[in-house]
Amino acid sequence: MSASLDFTPTEIMTIAAARTLRNEDVCFVGIGAPSAACNLARLTHAPNITLIYESGTIATRPNVLPLSIGDGELCETALTTCSVPEMFRYWLQGGRVTVGFLGGAQIDRYANLNTTVVGPYEKPSVRLPGGGGAPEIATHCGEIYITMAQSKRSFVERLDFVTSLGHGEGGDHRARLGVKTKGPTRLMTDLCIFEPDPVSREMIVVSIHPGISRANIDASTGWSVKYAAEVVETPPPTALELEVLRDLHARTHRAHAGS
Amino acid sequence: MNVSALDIMTLQTIALSKAPGGRFVSLADAIAQNVRDGDSVAMEGFTHLIPFAAGHEVIRQRRRHLTLIRMTPDLIYDQLIGMGCADKLVFSWGGNPGVGSLHRLRDAVENDWPGPLVLEEHSHAALANAYEAGAAGLPCAIFRGYLGAELKRVNPNIRSVQCPFTGEELAAVPAIRPDVAIIHAQKADREGNVLLEGIVGVQKEAVLAAKRAVVTVEELVDDFGARSPNAIILPSWTISAIAHVPGGAHPSYTHGYSKRDNGFYIAWDKIARERETFLAWMRDNVLNASRQVSA
Repeated sequence: MSASLDFTPTEIMTIAAARTLRNEDVCFVGIGAPSAACNLARLTHAPNITLIYESGTIATRPNVLPLSIGDGELCETALTTCSVPEMFRYWLQGGRVTVGFLGGAQIDRYANLNTTVVGPYEKPSVRLPGGGGAPEIATHCGEIYITMAQSKRSFVERLDFVTSLGHGEGGDHRARLGVKTKGPTRLMTDLCIFEPDPVSREMIVVSIHPGISRANIDASTGWSVKYAAEVVETPPPTALELEVLRDLHARTHRAHAGS
Repeated sequence: MNVSALDIMTLQTIALSKAPGGRFVSLADAIAQNVRDGDSVAMEGFTHLIPFAAGHEVIRQRRRHLTLIRMTPDLIYDQLIGMGCADKLVFSWGGNPGVGSLHRLRDAVENDWPGPLVLEEHSHAALANAYEAGAAGLPCAIFRGYLGAELKRVNPNIRSVQCPFTGEELAAVPAIRPDVAIIHAQKADREGNVLLEGIVGVQKEAVLAAKRAVVTVEELVDDFGARSPNAIILPSWTISAIAHVPGGAHPSYTHGYSKRDNGFYIAWDKIARERETFLAWMRDNVLNASRQVSA
């Protein structure tokens, strides 16, 4: 084995997410880890990927990661910029997006997400930002990838609020609600990769990151985790992946500090 | 219901056409003449072109009991809520983009400070559709949305209709028809037409949906000169008042004039976290700041 490179848990999560994207994808991008993953994919194996941000920027090629979904960098490097109603009506609802990236404060075993409240809705202990584009991204994109750092606080047995639909109560629940898209097909964490069981649609572990044990995963998950019959080890980040990702972050930090 | 909406539109058109030459005013006059206590107000701008200077003027004029409508409340509504201007917030994503919480919004929801705040919460798709329905003079917006989402349990304004042709159940939300829309734009020409470009969000829809519209602009020009025939231009007769306020979107930005002040968005997290630091900042930078003059 060759000497392994040092990398952080967030780096391998981002790199695992980037690898999942294809050159021909039309991807609805969120801020944070999804934005880094999508642009890493564009700067490595998927140079022609179409990145769309909900501010209306289509086929954008930012040189630095935006802090918000509407930074000038996105508009200046986009093929075209449309209005927000057009973005949600024609492009998202119209079924033009193959992949949507989501994250959240809480996720359950069926990859339903909560970004609305901790505690009861009427009197929350923590008022989170809310759904934004997520409720419709979750049902209109061809499939959904999710990136979230794993912990018992965020990977919970029961969500406080269902902001956006994953596989609902499992099985054919999406289809019963009239949803025709696949929903969450991959969940990439800082420890491992989950995919839905073909029948129950519960998210099960299919790949574990280097240096992580099943005990680590079990201790960071609020439900009893199931593992696929064959679990592989996530290939470690390559030198190129790490270099491009770190350069991207370094450019981004310089740009935001100087603004 | 449809008839009254049409009547309002007709009256609005007449009122606007009878205001010749009165559209260019100071920011203080624009707000004083168009924003009243208890109004529903939509200050729009999707990250870009957020009308901060106008929002600050609303705070200085101490408007109260407003219903604030905005897809992304952003720092501008964090400030208005923290200063006690709002009774209700209609919104779809209430965070500090890329940074974290809006602490004043959270303090209002979690602790009723400085007073209780009623929330009407939607998704982006719902509000974008609702603005468009408002501009189109429709009573409601219909779209495919909220499938499996819990917001419809807690928001009685999220309902459904059945498509008469296919039988599909679709989401319906009321059209947004604010008393006043406030936006920031790049340019106004001498006739009072307004041009905006870049990330244009829902501003055109908000202006056309509102009974009154206030616009602040970076620049006054004789005419717009060479431009795309598809440039987004709001004709003068759709606008109630225009104030010349260069930099009026800061810390948001104006495409072609300034960059988003991401450093300030990051700094706001600390300023707004505690009531005292927030109030001190508002006192020093808004209440006691010299008013933007113009015309």
